[in-house]
Amino acid sequence: MKSPAIEVTGLRKSYGEVEAVAGVDLRVEEGEILAFLGPNGAGKTTTVEILEGFRPRTAGEVSVLGQDPATAGLDWRERIGIVLQESQPEEYLKVDETVTIWAAYFSAPRPVDEVLEMVGLAEHRDQRVGRLSGGQQRRLDLALALVGNPELLFLDEPTTGFDPTARREAWAMIDGLRDLGVTVLLTTHYMDEAQNLADRITVIAAGRIIARGTAEDLAETASMRTRISWDSQELPLAELPVQLRAAAATLDEAGETGDPGTTSAEDPPRLAILTDDVSDTVAELLQIAGRLGRKIDSLEVLAPTLEDTYLSLIGEADRAGRLDH
Amino acid sequence: MSSRGLRQLAAQTRVDSTLLWRNPLASFFTVVLPLIFLFVLTALFGNELVTPVGSKLASRFVPGIIALSVVQASFVNLAVVTVFRRETSILKRVRGTPIRPWVFMGGLVATSYAVIALMAVLMALIGWAVYDVDLLWEAAPGLIVTLIIGGAVFCALGLAFTNVVPNETAGPPFLNLVVLPLYFVSDVYVPATDDTPRAITLIGDIFPIRHLAVALQRGFDPISDESMWPVTEWLVMAAWGLVGALIVTRWFRWTPRG
Repeated sequence: MKSPAIEVTGLRKSYGEVEAVAGVDLRVEEGEILAFLGPNGAGKTTTVEILEGFRPRTAGEVSVLGQDPATAGLDWRERIGIVLQESQPEEYLKVDETVTIWAAYFSAPRPVDEVLEMVGLAEHRDQRVGRLSGGQQRRLDLALALVGNPELLFLDEPTTGFDPTARREAWAMIDGLRDLGVTVLLTTHYMDEAQNLADRITVIAAGRIIARGTAEDLAETASMRTRISWDSQELPLAELPVQLRAAAATLDEAGETGDPGTTSAEDPPRLAILTDDVSDTVAELLQIAGRLGRKIDSLEVLAPTLEDTYLSLIGEADRAGRLDH
Repeated sequence: MSSRGLRQLAAQTRVDSTLLWRNPLASFFTVVLPLIFLFVLTALFGNELVTPVGSKLASRFVPGIIALSVVQASFVNLAVVTVFRRETSILKRVRGTPIRPWVFMGGLVATSYAVIALMAVLMALIGWAVYDVDLLWEAAPGLIVTLIIGGAVFCALGLAFTNVVPNETAGPPFLNLVVLPLYFVSDVYVPATDDTPRAITLIGDIFPIRHLAVALQRGFDPISDESMWPVTEWLVMAAWGLVGALIVTRWFRWTPRG
């Protein structure tokens, strides 16, 4: 069996009293794109910087391409590529000059032309870096990470601050890395980015891993239920049979419990039921309304989105964290 | 050094010197400003005979401005560029590649030396052609040693100084705050006279810039044959360079502070 590109067990990083990373296990198989998903301040960048060899760790076992990043030498650096969350190349250099000098740092670089072609900067090769747009600068960042012909690529929030078009383009580019067989560890705080790009997702919150698996696995982990809601004037709570009355709540309350739903002060208030059994519940509601001679035109059935799943996972972790302390 | 290391150093030096020429602020402060000072000083103070052996006043200004060029090209430029690279995460990214740190830094040091050589030759030629400054070939070896030591010492101090600069916008003001007053008490613009207060000359004696300026003066206006080899000035500068190098090896930062 092939050994994984990255294997982390029990990783901890403390700054004084504060534990930024509190026992993280992480495994990235060779050739896969793994999304490391979590809100800002969850410990993503700290973890990744430990894996990149930029930060020492407090405790835990870390193996990246078979070596400990804390002691790995320059040969190990030949095999990895890094896109930092924030960085700004020399503005007075031209695009091809920048990639060329970066290529000189590696012993077996990719040809500069090929790299410029890959990231779509070939026609901007003679342009000064300072005159590139934000999206183009990010492409250049990726070019610098790819020019060394790495086996493993770290992408730290590659599309933060992008407009939707630039994000789509960046996604297409990252997706293209699959064909090169490069292993990618991608950190992001966008669920849709993780879903679009990654083979597997690992979710971190407050320094702990709270879920892992494919996007579908995560939806199951969060045990999200579908929300059925309607205008309370069309079918008031009092009209419902006892067992449904117990399940229904105003949207505000449904929101409060961390389940899907906007916690809006809607007028008239909406009622909501969270259920796994959509058809039966809808049928029952229509039946009741029919019996009473009422119409529920405002009926709305809302399946949980991945964003909801993610927010729910984060919310659960947050509450667990509060109970801990 | 391996041939690959040499190739990398050459490539990095090309990039760093290209950047110096393309950056209008950097090229102004390292190349244009010293030239302006030379012209202003001679315009202000004239070019009378000043020494018993018949040297012109400009033979004091030329080494003073070469000293200024050395400090601007190594200490100031190196520190400003390095702080900028640190704060924009360029240093951090470079640290993530297999290039050896000293090869990467070597590009800036080699660029400093190239500028120092250029400025020394330029100043000497202007001095000779325009201001009648004598070029003393027998003093040239000592002068070259001074420039080599000066370049190394002020590069080390420039890198060491990055530790006290919090962010890239603070770079130029922090450096000017240090060098501008020191130029005045270090024989860079006007040599100290017997009437200069001891407090002023003492400051000049402690810091390395005056020792550089005095050593360079020996290359243009040696008082005696022995003074063509200003060993004391070299030793004081070297001591400062050693302190700088120790600070760099102990505290140099590759990651942003701001």
